[in-house]
Amino acid sequence: MYSDKVMDHFQNPRNVGEIEDASGVGTVGNAKCGDIMRIYLDIDEEQVIRDVKFKTFGCGAAVATSSMATELVKGKTIYEALQVTNKAVMEALDGLPPVKVHCSLLAEEAIHAALWDYAEKHGIKIEGLEKPKSDIHEGEEEESEEY
Amino acid sequence: MGEEKRVIYLDNAATTRTAPEVVEAMVPYFSEFYGNPSSVYEFSQKSKEAITHAREIIANSLGAKTEEIYFTAGGSESDNWALKAAAEAYKAKGNHIITTKIEHHAVLHTGAWLEKQGYEVTYLDVDENGTVKLEELKRAIRPTTILISIMFANNEIGTIQPIKEIGETARAHGILFHTDAVQAFGQLPIQVDELNIDLLSSSAHKLNGPKGIGFLYIRKGVKIRSFIHGGAQERKRRAGTENVPGIVGYGAAVERAVRTMKERTQKEQALRDYLIDRVLREVPYTRLNGHRTNRLPNNANFSFQFIEGESLLIMLDMDGICGSSGSACTSGSLDPSHVLLAIGLPHEIAHGSLRLTLGEETTKEELDEVVESIKKIVKKLRDMSPLYEDYMRRQ
Repeated sequence: MYSDKVMDHFQNPRNVGEIEDASGVGTVGNAKCGDIMRIYLDIDEEQVIRDVKFKTFGCGAAVATSSMATELVKGKTIYEALQVTNKAVMEALDGLPPVKVHCSLLAEEAIHAALWDYAEKHGIKIEGLEKPKSDIHEGEEEESEEY
Repeated sequence: MGEEKRVIYLDNAATTRTAPEVVEAMVPYFSEFYGNPSSVYEFSQKSKEAITHAREIIANSLGAKTEEIYFTAGGSESDNWALKAAAEAYKAKGNHIITTKIEHHAVLHTGAWLEKQGYEVTYLDVDENGTVKLEELKRAIRPTTILISIMFANNEIGTIQPIKEIGETARAHGILFHTDAVQAFGQLPIQVDELNIDLLSSSAHKLNGPKGIGFLYIRKGVKIRSFIHGGAQERKRRAGTENVPGIVGYGAAVERAVRTMKERTQKEQALRDYLIDRVLREVPYTRLNGHRTNRLPNNANFSFQFIEGESLLIMLDMDGICGSSGSACTSGSLDPSHVLLAIGLPHEIAHGSLRLTLGEETTKEELDEVVESIKKIVKKLRDMSPLYEDYMRRQ
């Protein structure tokens, strides 16, 4: 069902984790539909993404697209990162099954949400960046019941 | 060529291995006794006799008469036939059907289709264990109710329904009672008279028989129309040349299932409980779905909080373990399993479910491996889950 690249990024996801005092954090998706992605960005004074980490709750494609998206934006300027589309993520993964295309959109949105957070924190405006739709602020999602 | 990968198969609710002795019984009916059972010459009598013999085995296992067993192509066809044909045959009496929210899609989608044809269908709720509430069933009955269709045991969470009480209720109100026994037949003793069952669906491949063959039990006297029109097979109610090897295999599988039932299910139940106890004890933030004790002897269904089922299944597959999940991602829709939602699980917990269904060949050593694999994978997935991160931060 998945390409070898997707399976590789699912089995060995790159850049899993958190960044303390990140320059920007974006969380998108919703648990109801089964996908949540969180991206942490460490951005320097030159507006270059020095480091990026992610955490994802979701299917194999959700994990793989998050992993690939972090690889594609690492070392890029924030403007270059903004050009990393869901299509680019999909192509880099040698494609996704049609029912999983939304995962790549979520990965793009997660990057945008983290960039938005960075822009807000630093009081700057990033040309061409719109406020992501499914942005969830940390701790805002419903308290899940414990068993 | 490398060595064949070892597989731990824990998806016996999806399908089972056709038993070698069943295959052996079937083989002569492909190339040796291939005559059409409807033909008159001596040669085809072998085929006819084989069908009669299989029908007897199956009827006996249910305490039914041979003429009450109608072979079909499987469980879905049997469910479709039972609902559609009963609705049609009894429409002069009424247009109301009662079923539950946790039925197999073969019943639920047929119910939805009947609603489009003008029938009214009540979908009963279940409690947190997945058990139908008898009081709610009684309240749902109307003068126009013609059919109650409630599954014997659930395919996802394994919960066994109070079939005897449901049958009594149906009988007391003069309503037909259909049960989808696809998961239960061969695992639990079923006597149709004792349980007041009028219609019962079953499928051979769930009990070590071949795929593509099932039956519908139709109590004598129940008016039910033909489903497939054509020749006179199956007492003119289901036309088409019989699947002779399939029917022979079904007979052999039932004979075997009845013979081994007690010992087999006792062993499976002990292993099932071992698996459930270990997983609940050793994997934190985990719950068991379905009734703790009143469940199919081979069914375990867990929800692991903070993780998603498809990821879990793929990682288990990499360890050579076959299971299934009620996660939306495995169904191609956005909603997780209707059964898990019906027992009240929040969406995000329903997404993290895993069903493991044991077979007669399952060993304790295999389950030990599975538990270790689950522990490793759940930890890995939680370590990359933002839900788990948030939860731990709040602690």
